[in-house]
Amino acid sequence: MTTNLVLHNLIYILMKRFSKYTFVFILAPFSVYAQQENPIDSLKQIQLSSVVIVGQQHVANKKVKVLSSLDSYLESNSAINMIKRGAYAWEPLLNGMATERSVVTIDGMRIYGACTDKMDPVTSYVEITNLSRANIHSGQSGAANGATIAGSVDLVRRQSGFGNKAFRGSVFSGIETSNLQKIAGSALQYSSENFFTDVDITYRDANNYKAGGGKEVLYSQFTKYNLSAISGYKIDTHQQLTASIIYDRALNVGYPALPMDVSLAKALITSVQYDRHLERAVADYWQTKLYYNEVTHIMDDTKRPIVPIRMDMPGWTKTAGYYSKLSGELSHHTWTANLSGHYNKSVAEMTMFSNDPNEKDMFMLTWPGLQTLYNGLFLEDKFHINEHWNALFTLGSALHYNYVESNFGYESLKIFYPQMQRSKARWLKNGAIKMNYNKQKWQLSFGTGYGERAPSVSEGYGFYLFNSSDKYDYMGNPHMVNEKSLEFNASASFTTPMFFIKAQTNYFRIFNYIIGISRPDYIPMTIGANGIKIYGQLPAATIFNASVLFGSPIADGLQWTGKMIYRKGSSGNLNLPQIQPFGYGATLKYQYQKYIAEIGMDGALAQTKYSPAFGETPAGAYTVFNIAVAKQFDFAKQKLVLKAGVENLLDRYYSTFADWNRVPRMGRNVFVNVVYGF
Amino acid sequence: MNFLKYTGIMILVIFAMSCKKDSNINNTDETANLTLVKTITNGTHNINLYTENGKLQVGYNKIFLQLKNTDGSLIDNAQVSWRPLMHMMSMQHACPYSTIGKVAGKTALYEGYLVFQMAGNANEYWELNFDYTIGNTAYSANTKIEVTEAAKRNLVSFVGTDNVRYIIAMVAPKNPKVATNDMQAMIFKMQDMLTFPIMDGYTLKIDPRMPGMGNHGSPNNVHLTQSGADKTYYGKLSLTMTGYWKINLQLANAIGTIVKGEEVSGTNESSSIYFEVEF
Repeated sequence: MTTNLVLHNLIYILMKRFSKYTFVFILAPFSVYAQQENPIDSLKQIQLSSVVIVGQQHVANKKVKVLSSLDSYLESNSAINMIKRGAYAWEPLLNGMATERSVVTIDGMRIYGACTDKMDPVTSYVEITNLSRANIHSGQSGAANGATIAGSVDLVRRQSGFGNKAFRGSVFSGIETSNLQKIAGSALQYSSENFFTDVDITYRDANNYKAGGGKEVLYSQFTKYNLSAISGYKIDTHQQLTASIIYDRALNVGYPALPMDVSLAKALITSVQYDRHLERAVADYWQTKLYYNEVTHIMDDTKRPIVPIRMDMPGWTKTAGYYSKLSGELSHHTWTANLSGHYNKSVAEMTMFSNDPNEKDMFMLTWPGLQTLYNGLFLEDKFHINEHWNALFTLGSALHYNYVESNFGYESLKIFYPQMQRSKARWLKNGAIKMNYNKQKWQLSFGTGYGERAPSVSEGYGFYLFNSSDKYDYMGNPHMVNEKSLEFNASASFTTPMFFIKAQTNYFRIFNYIIGISRPDYIPMTIGANGIKIYGQLPAATIFNASVLFGSPIADGLQWTGKMIYRKGSSGNLNLPQIQPFGYGATLKYQYQKYIAEIGMDGALAQTKYSPAFGETPAGAYTVFNIAVAKQFDFAKQKLVLKAGVENLLDRYYSTFADWNRVPRMGRNVFVNVVYGF
Repeated sequence: MNFLKYTGIMILVIFAMSCKKDSNINNTDETANLTLVKTITNGTHNINLYTENGKLQVGYNKIFLQLKNTDGSLIDNAQVSWRPLMHMMSMQHACPYSTIGKVAGKTALYEGYLVFQMAGNANEYWELNFDYTIGNTAYSANTKIEVTEAAKRNLVSFVGTDNVRYIIAMVAPKNPKVATNDMQAMIFKMQDMLTFPIMDGYTLKIDPRMPGMGNHGSPNNVHLTQSGADKTYYGKLSLTMTGYWKINLQLANAIGTIVKGEEVSGTNESSSIYFEVEF
């Protein structure tokens, strides 16, 4: 089930238990007014889920640094790592697996990044100020919106919902010293009996940041605008219509770990949703959404003074999709059926401009106008066996169809695969079972699952995609079979008023594991590349994840939490790349009335199981410290929240396993966030 | 109203165009998609020379001919032969050329090829002599022709390690694509100044590279060999992107000995013989 940002939820449980001030406080800045009649979907989620979901609470409230990026928020979950290629648009890894193996959605919508180098993950198109929560499912329980191996992350946006007539809002601003990031924005909410609207605007602008010790990290600047709007209309007590739009525009985004930057990354994400309560309990709720989105991503090297050759690399994706979800209860069963589908077209080009001006431009299609058509049915049943036991069953099946639309692209790929068919259909299956046991202080669960996925656009159909880590050109392979995963998971938690601990582990045995395999007989394309890797399949690979979270209230208002995380990924003697070494963290938080102070520590042991075959060098051990304080001022009808802190207090120069090409992380960074609510 | 007016005009234009075609079926239909290079006249007949682009260039030239009476009517029963000759300052020589035959399926269109090793200039020129018979009567005609340099190298001429002077001309691809292109070439030997027989049984090894891209190369190329009765050499040329490509060549004889050309490697960027394409 949902391991819904476990750490924070547990902190929340603790807080709720030990500090009556906390609840008010953490709700403060954005959605203090949001506890009205919830939209029916979130009510339903609470019913369905055994895991604590903090309703409409704004995610930002969970962090002292309200205006931190969504990326750093997600990173605080123990199942997630973020691969950093710069200061912006980090790529989420779920359970140690990159985005090909997970499904990342915004309100259940599938979106395809338009960058062949994964510089625009779906997560980069949502601002933290829009977000209500991130539902993180590990493994096959996350297959509701698409075939997955690692699981799914669904970013759920905030909606104020229906209620008494009111207009509220907040303006916020922030500044950070390391990269002179300036943040400004506004969140406006209007609600009435049968209509609501939420509009958020956020602007961020950052210069190059400085690594520990003060060295400037060149090409780490970015500018970003994000507009998010959701509007709901209550047709009658049982029916609701919601429309939403996100327009996100990032400009002049530097990627210090890559040889190119981005001049423009633009996404338009739209949806219309219909919700309906049904009269009968056996099927009491129906939600249907239609959506469309398009993403444009323009890579650019004009800011780099020295390149072997100038090039343009634009990419475009368009996705249209739907899902229709029906749920209900029948005696001891709580069930959901989700029919979902989407159509996507991905195109990417590369034009290189010869250093000899008399020569013609060199053009290739790096994504061949690939069309993907996906349709899947996902069933979930939670069976309440008795007071202590319940079981969760999921079962899914999907058809996945690819067609190479562009003749140019098809002819290009046929150079490598003369026998290649223009289309390919796949049948994907998944299923999982999980047993949960609850008794007083103990909560135990264990489960197993099986799932399959199709190769991604790049894995199946990419054409000379340069990977700047191992410095190989990657070629897609349309002849690959489905990747299959067998997973086992277990978790145990023990909670008393004075202490909690939760241990979680999962193990994935992945068959036909897709990975780039070096082909010395092929000649690379990119100037200076080490060679060519063709996507191929290892017979099997193993990924193991384990985490322990614990915490304790030390005294009234003072609490302590800690975490430890370890992952391992290998196939025979080969270490899989981007696998987290042993990491740890601890936070001490003190709250008194409307003050909050926090000191945090984060670190990792040296990476010993790195993957030189994929260009990795070992990341060293590190420990960094962060401190932050916050204060809320209440006026008659307004409130002002002031938060400030220092990250990487000791200005440590460090780089982790997740830093692409070991680009150093930010050095000491002082931030101030101000939120004014009215 | 406007819509009707324009539709009417369009219908009229289309009608007029189709009428024109019908009335000239003999003259233009068979040379559709061809461009006239030159009309050669000897007072009795006119010989129209066509190529696809209307030019004669260094390298392989596929040439189409029509013979006409002075009244413009087509001749479909001629036996035609030709002799190209280069008038240089110090000497004269011919070039590889084919016999002339009727184009399959056409009534009065003849075809052949000429492989020019060099372009003409102010003092040196190519002459084309025709000998043909209609019925039992023999005729001849001749003309100076203008042969220009090709934009990219499509012909190599060299003396092999076997002391044979070879001429290799690229026939296809004429319009290369980002794809696995069908490649064709012809291999001749310069036996004497006027005789250029086709050489059989060789292998023309190819290694396409992009010097502007760190000598990027492509996979799944197929060396050119002869197949069947056709004397042309056929192979496959993979071009992974548009731009300038150098097709490095090595010529191997029937027993596999390389008579010219060097393998491209980390230390050797290019063969001494190569073709070029740019698109």
